[in-house]
Amino acid sequence: MAIKDYLTKLFPKSLWVYHVNTGACNGCDIEVINVLTPYYDAERFGIKLVGSPRHADVLLVCGPVSRQVASAVRRVYEATPSPKLVFAIGSCACGGGIWHDSYNILGGAESVLPVDYYVPGCPPRPEAILYGVAVALGILPKKTAPVVARQKFLDVVEANSGEAISPEG
Amino acid sequence: MIISKLKEALICFKAGRVTLPYPFAPHDPEDGFHGRVVVDAEKCVGCGGCAEVCPPRCIEVSDPDPDRRVLDFLLERCTYCARCAEVCPEEAVTVTKEYETATNDLNDMHMHIEVFMSTCRRCGRCYEPPTPLDRLMVTGFRPPTGKSEEA
Repeated sequence: MAIKDYLTKLFPKSLWVYHVNTGACNGCDIEVINVLTPYYDAERFGIKLVGSPRHADVLLVCGPVSRQVASAVRRVYEATPSPKLVFAIGSCACGGGIWHDSYNILGGAESVLPVDYYVPGCPPRPEAILYGVAVALGILPKKTAPVVARQKFLDVVEANSGEAISPEG
Repeated sequence: MIISKLKEALICFKAGRVTLPYPFAPHDPEDGFHGRVVVDAEKCVGCGGCAEVCPPRCIEVSDPDPDRRVLDFLLERCTYCARCAEVCPEEAVTVTKEYETATNDLNDMHMHIEVFMSTCRRCGRCYEPPTPLDRLMVTGFRPPTGKSEEA
């Protein structure tokens, strides 16, 4: 609820998005365009694609940030009027994807810009992008959480540490 | 010209509503969709095969102490190819259809799996459990004769 109040205060009207391709393979771009079609219809939430970062509230960053495009991405971010949100769309923008250790890649979008929302997927389904929008607008709750799993036998081992035991008993 | 416009309008009315009610109603993906991977830590043997085949190298294997192997899944750069689930010999890694993974914190996409690795108490190394294939290595081994050979 806190995010919703915060956002309604900051963005009382429609969110206008500017789509930034920072070296993506075009897969995420196609899915972003899909979201704007009447079938998925992100315009229900007032989302509109604009042609200039100066008109935009939200930057949709697709792709890993390559060394060549990094300065342009920083300029796009500075050209966007505050308050602004940055969405990282796709695995490449979230953490670098399969290019994370390439020589010409600086990393995901967070290596250059402060990212507010991550939508992982390779490419993310249009529904996943809509879900990210819905989470950002406070319509739906976040469903993911960090997973920490541990074999039960490890607790037994630690209880009997130093003694010779085997999984059979 | 007006008639053609009217025809166009009629076609639009015929199509009805096409928009998905998605964020307000669930929309399950079709069969064969690769979503977020899930690991059953109890089934995992810690072989590291998943880390070997992962294209984005998003599975990090480390051994903090001789009894314990830690697998860190950095799923923010997962490409959802499901190779890890294909190669897993114990079927501990499974692919779900979960795609609603949008988050504002990258830690939500991390998985931390701790696996017990049984080690030899004398030499401290991991040992392999005996398998039926071991007897193939014995000198003079002959496969059991089947009926086809007798005939």
